[in-house]
Amino acid sequence: MKHTISVLLQNKPGVLSRVTGLFSGRGFNIESLSVAETLESTISCLTLVTSGDNAIIEQITKQLHKLIDVIKVTDISESEYVEREMVLLRVKAEASTRAEVLRVIDIFRGKVVDVSPKSYSVELTGSASKIQAVIDILRPIGIKEIVRTGTIAMARAPKK
Amino acid sequence: MEKLKGSIAIIKCLQEEGVKTIFGFPGGAVIDLYDDLFDSEIKHVLVRHEQGAVHAADGLARVTGEVGVALLTSGPGATNGVTAIATAYMDSIPMVILTGQVPTPLIGNDAFQEVDIVGITRPCTKHNYLVSKAEDLVPTIREAFHIARTGRPGPVLIDLPKDIVASMVDFDEKKPIRMQTYQPTYEPHMGQIEKACKEILKAKQPVLYVGGGVILSNANEELTELATKMNIPVTMTLMGLGGFPGRNELSMGMLGMHGSYTANMAVAKSDLLIAVGARFDDRVTGRVDAFAPHARIIHIDIDPTSISKNVAVDIPIVADCKHALTAMNSWLASCGHNLEEVGATHTPWIETIAEWTKKHPMAYLDEGEIIKPQYVIEKLDELTGGDAIITTEVGQNQMWAAQFYKFNKPRRLITSGGLGTMGYGLPAAIGAKMAFPDATVVDVAGDGSIQMNIQELATAKQYKCPVKICLLNNNYLGMVRQWQELFYDKRYAATVMEVTPDFVALAEAYGAVGLRATKTSEVENVIKEALSIDNTVLMDFRIAREEGVYPMVPAGKATTEMLLV
Repeated sequence: MKHTISVLLQNKPGVLSRVTGLFSGRGFNIESLSVAETLESTISCLTLVTSGDNAIIEQITKQLHKLIDVIKVTDISESEYVEREMVLLRVKAEASTRAEVLRVIDIFRGKVVDVSPKSYSVELTGSASKIQAVIDILRPIGIKEIVRTGTIAMARAPKK
Repeated sequence: MEKLKGSIAIIKCLQEEGVKTIFGFPGGAVIDLYDDLFDSEIKHVLVRHEQGAVHAADGLARVTGEVGVALLTSGPGATNGVTAIATAYMDSIPMVILTGQVPTPLIGNDAFQEVDIVGITRPCTKHNYLVSKAEDLVPTIREAFHIARTGRPGPVLIDLPKDIVASMVDFDEKKPIRMQTYQPTYEPHMGQIEKACKEILKAKQPVLYVGGGVILSNANEELTELATKMNIPVTMTLMGLGGFPGRNELSMGMLGMHGSYTANMAVAKSDLLIAVGARFDDRVTGRVDAFAPHARIIHIDIDPTSISKNVAVDIPIVADCKHALTAMNSWLASCGHNLEEVGATHTPWIETIAEWTKKHPMAYLDEGEIIKPQYVIEKLDELTGGDAIITTEVGQNQMWAAQFYKFNKPRRLITSGGLGTMGYGLPAAIGAKMAFPDATVVDVAGDGSIQMNIQELATAKQYKCPVKICLLNNNYLGMVRQWQELFYDKRYAATVMEVTPDFVALAEAYGAVGLRATKTSEVENVIKEALSIDNTVLMDFRIAREEGVYPMVPAGKATTEMLLV
């Protein structure tokens, strides 16, 4: 099963390689990984999507927590959460397909961020599955380049 | 705040931590530090290879429980230490390794003797640092010692660029260290202790399965109290030997691949397995689904990642072994049950266990004047009263030492358990002897392993460190040969040592004493003589060449499927 794990860690050189080294050394999967500073410049937040049975996920969270530079590990997919990914796409847009491309982008609430005679560059955000859906629809028209951020996620605030 | 030269600050930090002896090998990147060490009160032991430095510091750490310190230069000095760092990491040994590094402006330039040792040792240290700013130097060293010795101990490496060591740094007063991101759990959860104790009161066939954690946390007395009060038989892992007295009647010896028949049968038939500071390593469990199949499992460990990693556990207790066992002993003492009566209910179980031992004791075939290695270890045990510090190399020699030396006390068996590093025994013996100059320290060795760090005989000589080497010489890489005999049609690929040195002459070339025994009747006198000589002595025992280590559980089999003598 897929799990989205959020890790707060010290923003220091080499810390990311401790995390990725742990995954490669112990044979755990990383499906996506995204990391950036938090409000405090000394602390980074890393969002990691991985998969495995409960025993593996338990080991992953414990092993992450064991790293000296790790402050907090949360398996946010254990409760309600919001996840987003952003994608930049360069899509073929010639006379015959320009309207179709725009329509698809509009349906998925994307934005054209760059235009050339033969292509549109498009920005889109959403869950990983929504991003995948856009890709599937635009692929037959022609995707010339793609860059994805990987998933970031946040637990939903308590209702009360 | 005081301003000090970096190298002086490092030395002051080491003294603050109580370090009296360090092991190392100089080089360009650490020459400033060596220059100041030259005048300091810290004793520096010059080894002959950096691996030896780290193993010697590791040996010192294991016998004393203190943090061992090694000092290596950059590049090849540091990489030569890596095997020994990984050795300490696998066995959770508290150590600080200082490595020199090229000056900060050159880092990343492929400078002479530059290597990314922090990158290389990331997976085999508990933590590591590159000190990139002068103001970080002192706090980093203090933090490194704190991390090395607390929680589940382990080696911490500090990479020291040459310009930082030579620069002026701040040296403030040492304050207690509190780290936001690192707070090991020492105290057990009392609810879990109660659950565990209730299981113990209920059990009819309990077994204590004891690992190196008991030794690391100095919990041997608490463990012995629990075992003897509740009348629970005890088995130990290689790392746990000595955690419970080997001569106590509740001791079943070691379990696992080369464990006793009794220990493996007892675990297989137990209804409650109490794992204390052990990690269910593959050499212990054999086929995991057949390990303690009928038992509820209690697991005490300070490292949460050890719990339910290989075997699912019913009652996990994350705590320091000493604290957890103390809590269990006091809960049991005040629970209102008559503990003597509870213990007495285990009598049929103890009798069954005694039957197993009677049926298949630890044994070997007597072959007259052909020297049996097991006999050599038995004699060594007898002549040293089970009280010597025994270091080992790796392979058959290590297993025979574990099986036939009855370790009475903790911190007496000094062996590379997790990584299985050949060449460990001699430098570790030197480290142990440096810590306890009056103790008898014996390296039980094989002719393969000893050659991996034989150069340390010179170190032993230089520092008048009279360790004894008990060489079980069979002209084979014996453990691999045994596997080839059993599982590869006796095809002895690359395990025959066609050329070996004359070890007696070699010892003498290093200024040590060489003795040889080729017949069983000579063994006792050779050991006696070696123990009486105030010099390093290498005893070359020409043993039965194709003797095997038994019992043996073939890899991947259930631990009840033992090959016996």
